Amino acid sequence: MASVEQIDGTGPSGEDGVRRRDFINIAAVSFAGVGAVAVVLPLIDQMNPSADVLALASTEVDLSAIQPGQAIKTTFRSQPLFVRQLTPKEIAEADKVDPSSLRDPQTLEERTVDGKKQWLVTMGVCTHLGCVPLGAGEGENRGEFGGYFCPCHGSSYDTAARIRKGPAPKNLEVPKYSFTSDTAILVG
Amino acid sequence: MSFPWAEQYTPKHPVMQWVDEKLPLPRLVYNAVGAGYPVPRNLNYFWNFGVLAGLALVIQIVTGVIMAMHYGANDLVAFGTVEQTMRDVNAGWLMRYAHANGASFFFIVVYLHIFRGLYFGSYKAPREMVWLLGLVIFLLMMATAFMGYVLPWGQMSYWGAKVITGLFGAIPVVGEPIQTWLLGGFAPGNASLNRFFSLHFLLPFVIAGVIILHIWALHIPGSSNPTGVEVKGPQDTVPFHPYYTAKDGFGAGVFLIAFSILLFFAPNFLGHPDNYIEANPLSTPAHIVPEWYFWPFYAILRAFTVDFFFIPAKLLGVLAMFASILLLFFLPWLDTSPVRSGRYRPMFRKFWWILLADVAVLGYCGVAPAAEPFVMISQIAAAYYFAHFLIILPLISRFEKPLPLPGSITEAVLAKYGKTDGESAAVPAE
Amino acid sequence: MVRIGAFLVGLFFAGWLFISFLVGAYSYVTEPPANTVEHEFYLAPKHVSFSFDGPFGKYDKQQLQRGFQVFKEVCSACHSLKFVAFRDLEALGYNEAEVKAIAKQWAIKTPSVDPATGEPSTREPIPADHFPKPFANNVAAAAANNNAIPPDLSLMTKARKHGSAYVYSLLTGFTDQPAELLKAFPDAKTPEGLHFNPYFPNLNLAMAPPLTAEGQVTYGDGTKATVDQMAQDVSAFLTWTAEPKLENRHRAGLATIIFLLIATGLAYMSYQNIWADKKKAAA
Repeated sequence: MASVEQIDGTGPSGEDGVRRRDFINIAAVSFAGVGAVAVVLPLIDQMNPSADVLALASTEVDLSAIQPGQAIKTTFRSQPLFVRQLTPKEIAEADKVDPSSLRDPQTLEERTVDGKKQWLVTMGVCTHLGCVPLGAGEGENRGEFGGYFCPCHGSSYDTAARIRKGPAPKNLEVPKYSFTSDTAILVG
Repeated sequence: MSFPWAEQYTPKHPVMQWVDEKLPLPRLVYNAVGAGYPVPRNLNYFWNFGVLAGLALVIQIVTGVIMAMHYGANDLVAFGTVEQTMRDVNAGWLMRYAHANGASFFFIVVYLHIFRGLYFGSYKAPREMVWLLGLVIFLLMMATAFMGYVLPWGQMSYWGAKVITGLFGAIPVVGEPIQTWLLGGFAPGNASLNRFFSLHFLLPFVIAGVIILHIWALHIPGSSNPTGVEVKGPQDTVPFHPYYTAKDGFGAGVFLIAFSILLFFAPNFLGHPDNYIEANPLSTPAHIVPEWYFWPFYAILRAFTVDFFFIPAKLLGVLAMFASILLLFFLPWLDTSPVRSGRYRPMFRKFWWILLADVAVLGYCGVAPAAEPFVMISQIAAAYYFAHFLIILPLISRFEKPLPLPGSITEAVLAKYGKTDGESAAVPAE
Repeated sequence: MVRIGAFLVGLFFAGWLFISFLVGAYSYVTEPPANTVEHEFYLAPKHVSFSFDGPFGKYDKQQLQRGFQVFKEVCSACHSLKFVAFRDLEALGYNEAEVKAIAKQWAIKTPSVDPATGEPSTREPIPADHFPKPFANNVAAAAANNNAIPPDLSLMTKARKHGSAYVYSLLTGFTDQPAELLKAFPDAKTPEGLHFNPYFPNLNLAMAPPLTAEGQVTYGDGTKATVDQMAQDVSAFLTWTAEPKLENRHRAGLATIIFLLIATGLAYMSYQNIWADKKKAAA
């Protein structure tokens, strides 16, 4: 009797029969588990940025209208982007500071493109809690270091947009960008 | 729960013991769909559809919540956001097609579940409450499906909303104010779209709640079975788990294969092309048809073409359409035969098949253009539908002579295997 | 009580339906419904086979590019394609730079705002933009097209039954009105400004035949641009615009069904195993 059931693999008794039965049940349940995981993947992936959002992941900015000492506020990935043409005086002020004395040590060279030191491109997002600092618009408070000033908690940035005073831990972020011509940059 | 020999929940792991003491939720699940629920051992595959309907609801809620993440309930953008979901959102096409076809599959399994109940007399005492709650679920499903179909704001969405809310306009005096109130305007618009979206999101959770009541009511007498003979002792039942979980697992596999074939290879087969045209209040589609699961009811609505003295035909159609569903609430008291299962009721069984064919004919007339000969066919078919439930069933339960019933479920099972399974019968001889 | 009430209600509905049936049948016999010209002369779409038919179907990228060219040079003058973005064209086999160039050189410009004056203005489309519409609004579209608004084509092949074949049949189906038609339905003469096409549901449409001559476009890949070829190519392109994820869907579908067949087979064996004792015991 046992031998017959071992052959058809469905017998209720006999060592091999029992083991094979368990194996099939385990296999069936594991397959269901694998299937469930495979279904969950697209359910998670659908929350990632969609194709139309990713298509706007890079922004072109025209610099031709920005005079020395002026800044513009535009958007990059739905967040404010500051583009500023520094005056020679502002550059000198930034260079004067010893980087090692800063909270987030960086020189102006490290924060700009080689040979285009006058063009300061930063995110307009305070590194403290994400407010938009003042200073890009005409007549706005630039804070005591002449760069940007965040009104939320009083972080002050200098002319190279480095954090000098207040609670912010880092300098304003410089996004990845490149010059497509003398007067245009591609951000992102 | 229902039978004294039901297995008791005895958690072995100390954590589970601790949880069970504080909140006996594991015990509840164990008794509802676990080893603690004894089920007749002779259920056939038609008893799979309850669990499959539950699975369909889960699919609808999951894909629906996701669709809502990408949807804009505003008449200016709704159509575009659905298209954007299809094109730009990661796996968005999958979510949308799964949701649209999931609705159809929900109705397919629910209709099979209902016709199972009609054939095997599942609505009879002591399970009347199970049947009534099931009908409530069915009504909620119809409302949810209708409002969901409006959301893509295509031509069929718009004109469907207009026609269905127009049904209320047939009610004398208060009809038109009700229609305006339902729509929040004089025609479907942004206000209608927003309220339909809100309710379409809410109702599935109400359905889930009524399903819990439906299962609760079922567990008091326990499941019915194909013989219709009540459970007599432990030899008649098996624990729900693993016996019926295994069977439902296989059923779910078959269901998902059928669902996938439609979803991946003919996702628009059950839909209407006109709903890929953005809603246009200035142009009506050549003929307006609802989704397939409403076709039989739509045919009954349109079957009334002659005024009855002071009652206009349009109002009669509306009344008949609602009556065609509401009469099912009286079914437990219309069919008074003491025998449950159609297996042992030769006359009842013939009429059940006629009813099935009749509903199919009504469905066909519902999608056909409102022209002859379809109107005439739908009139005869609708007349049979009402006669079946309101006249024929009460009469046959009175005059029919049922076949002899088996003494018990076990006896029926033994008879089946004794007759058909010669190989197994030979085993003891070995 | 319930049964008596039910009997009366049942009698009322069934009886009145039967009377309605008799009324309908009487008028059906005495005044049979008149035949309509649409019923007699409308033709179902022609049979045409495409590479994307069937469960293993894939788009033919060369054909889609040719179809896009037909759309660009012929259809786009009047028809919008508002749900499709230039960036989507990468699926046709164009690279990023080519897509950028296509967008930049597109004849219709994207509406925009003059940065200096704030006046409405236009700019060159970028790949992230959707195809700009040829008419600013429906009024302009109707005014320029003899009161008929050219429909958006993004979803055309899904908005008609057998859409791909329908578009192909419509484009190749323009003809003169058959003499039998005018003999049977003298009132059905195609009105001034409309064009007879038996594949159009009410037989006369406002669009003039758009594909008229061989070589109307010059294909870059050397394919001979017959009217039939152009119609097939643009139908394929419009199938892609309506269902851009068709290939993903077919791929995912095959994998899912193979997986489910195995899983269901295992579930069946497991089910049989678990029930084996009960079935043996019954025997």
